[in-house]
Amino acid sequence: MITMEHVCKSYRVAKRNAGMREACKALFRRETEVIQALSDVSFTIQDGEMVGYIGPNGAGKSSTIKILSGILTPESGSCLVDGRIPWKNRTEHVRQIGVVFGQRSQLWWDVPVIDSFELLKDIYAIPSYEYQNNMEELTELLHLQELLKMPTRQLSLGQRMRCEIAASLLHSPKILFLDEPTIGLDAVSKLAVREFVMRLNQEHKTTVILTTHDMQDIEALTKRIILIGRGRVLMDGTLEDMRRLAAEHGQAAEASDQNGESLERIVAGLYQKLDIL
Amino acid sequence: MGEKIKSSGKLYFHYLSVALRSAMQYKTSFFLMVIGRFLLFFNGILGVYFMFSRFGHVKGYTFGEVLLCFSIIQMDFALAECIGSGFATFASIVRQGEFDRVLLRPRSTILQVLGSQFRIDRIGLIFQAIFMFAYGIIISPVDWTFGRVMTVFSMLLGGTTLFISFFLLRAAFTFFTLEGLELVNILTYGAQEHGKYPVDIYGKKMMKFCTYVIPYTLIQYYPLQYLLGRTDQWYYGVYPLCAVYFLLVCYGMWRFGMRHYQSAGS
Amino acid sequence: MKKYKTYFSFFRIRFNMGLQYRVAAVSGAATQLLWGLMECLVFMAFQKSAPEAYPMAVSATVSYVWLREAFFSAFTTWNADQDIFDSIVNGGIAYELCRPVSIYHMWFAKTTASRAAGAGLRCVPLLAVACVLPQPFRLSLPASPTHFILFIITLFLGLGVTVAFCMFTYILAFFTISPQGLRMLLTSMIDFLSGAIIPLPFMPDGVRGIVELLPFAGMFNVPLLIYSGELAGAAMYRSIGMQCFWLVTLVILGRVLCKAAERKIVVQGG
Repeated sequence: MITMEHVCKSYRVAKRNAGMREACKALFRRETEVIQALSDVSFTIQDGEMVGYIGPNGAGKSSTIKILSGILTPESGSCLVDGRIPWKNRTEHVRQIGVVFGQRSQLWWDVPVIDSFELLKDIYAIPSYEYQNNMEELTELLHLQELLKMPTRQLSLGQRMRCEIAASLLHSPKILFLDEPTIGLDAVSKLAVREFVMRLNQEHKTTVILTTHDMQDIEALTKRIILIGRGRVLMDGTLEDMRRLAAEHGQAAEASDQNGESLERIVAGLYQKLDIL
Repeated sequence: MGEKIKSSGKLYFHYLSVALRSAMQYKTSFFLMVIGRFLLFFNGILGVYFMFSRFGHVKGYTFGEVLLCFSIIQMDFALAECIGSGFATFASIVRQGEFDRVLLRPRSTILQVLGSQFRIDRIGLIFQAIFMFAYGIIISPVDWTFGRVMTVFSMLLGGTTLFISFFLLRAAFTFFTLEGLELVNILTYGAQEHGKYPVDIYGKKMMKFCTYVIPYTLIQYYPLQYLLGRTDQWYYGVYPLCAVYFLLVCYGMWRFGMRHYQSAGS
Repeated sequence: MKKYKTYFSFFRIRFNMGLQYRVAAVSGAATQLLWGLMECLVFMAFQKSAPEAYPMAVSATVSYVWLREAFFSAFTTWNADQDIFDSIVNGGIAYELCRPVSIYHMWFAKTTASRAAGAGLRCVPLLAVACVLPQPFRLSLPASPTHFILFIITLFLGLGVTVAFCMFTYILAFFTISPQGLRMLLTSMIDFLSGAIIPLPFMPDGVRGIVELLPFAGMFNVPLLIYSGELAGAAMYRSIGMQCFWLVTLVILGRVLCKAAERKIVVQGG
């Protein structure tokens, strides 16, 4: 179970202004401003749940993921993942979670994928029989057979993403964080990834937390959605709840339409109406 | 405990083997780099040679003696860069967000950063340093007793440790700022470049600075005095091993920096 | 005229980018100050060991060291523009080829700009400090007003020669898969021949005679020796002539090679 209660986090960033004069000024004095990344974020996620975590860029999604995965310590509030405080006892915690960043690779660029997997086996100290089982299952479900012998740099984005997901699951984590896993993928790869995540959640009861900008991901995978904007949780409910919220904000006409593209429009409308962009 | 060390050792060599296989993917580039390193160092030696052919000696040190000093320091540095280059290039690891991935894995961060990069092309420098060292032995009248041979090893061990400590220190600063790291370079690249001459030629003030602020004379000047037979105090040869204390201090800084990173975000 | 405006705006962007890194600039200057002090100490130690063999005035060596540190980022060949290399290696150059400006001129402007910006930022604090250091480390005044003016002129000529040479390393990247290693070879060679390891007057006379005929001597060796008056009279004018000759030759050669490289790109489709 994952619980977050009243979590706050702010950053201090340097202001940088354009122009020659401003740049010269910055040589002597630098202004900083405080950005509130998360303010009073609370939610609870049960074991085996699949949750979509959405919001515009800079809303605080990745800060939340970072806190839950133990990379970042919040200023205030409490956070428990299966009874552990993520940023205390880091090694213990991260052994139980898997994280996929859609924009970054965790595989070793110049060696065959299988070599990366072998290295991960040593890093996570995965017992041989468990590794063997997981490899067999992942290879079959994600169709990796052909890819394992290729160096990562030669893979297409879709192929690489399948390998990335497999790499994050080799140590059988109980919780999986997916950060924009379908970004830039073609239709076939997208479907394959979605289908796999669905199955993982159903068969292994893995808790999945998914951040994405692709509303079709949300529609296909998650029953529950947490909407975040400007560091606050604005809605925590089902897809229907979100449609209702949109309707309240005067988007009734489009809400009846049931396909994914109009969902995109609803969300875009919501972002604007809630003024969180 | 023993189990943990064994598993860490195994992982380290696994990282090394992946790095080797990666390097071999770009053979031409790799060998050109090795040759490049080889020649780059040759520059330095040629410079020293020209200086000596004009002046004959500096503060009583002959060309052969300086060559011994120079080649040991170069070897220290090359070994440190080869082993510790994950820390030497740590700024780019942080900038690209790769350090988050390190934190996401259930292993010591030190081990992972060490394993993230091996500058195997530094082998060019090491070869060159060995040649130069051999030539230095031939042209300088050092009487190679057991103690002196051990002193060379202790200088190598201590020097490499000291340079790795500097890299670690630099990496620790990276957690606070990605700018302004250049000043720490004076410790690493500065010491490599200017360490070719024994510290005492730079004068008394520099000697004090390099003894009390950074323990640089301990790995270079003092053991060298014993090596070249300028003193009978054998324990000068043990001084380099003090670098381990410096390493511990730098490790503390690293821990401190990492906590800051986790609270400040990137 | 409009064309030059384009080049100028490249120049300005680079200059602004350089200005942004305040802490980096300060710490860089401090590093160079320490570095320069160490260099001076080495030369002084040799001078004390055998004063009769010292080839120039000690104060001239000190000036040489400070000026080289001050304009270091303008003249180091290693400091080539990484963006440009990246664009060649990853194919981003396709965009640049679409722009209605000559690649050679654009890169020349870009490189000159980032070098001038880097050096412009660094030289001021460093020179200011070097002028008030206690003797014998103080940077002395130029030998004469004429020498100072010629120093400024040859400094820019030297920058031109350096950039013209850098252009070769870019062009080389078109023809090799791994520019890194070759670049290192070139750099280490240039470092030595331009006087970055030891000033040219410290080289044995035979070697020095040959090295002074090469283009590398015209990078910073000439302006720095003119400043302190070590290079004067007929020898000075001959050196300036060599600088001009190499600048023109290298640019012409570079443009020819660049055209060939562009053709290669078009044929291979990047």
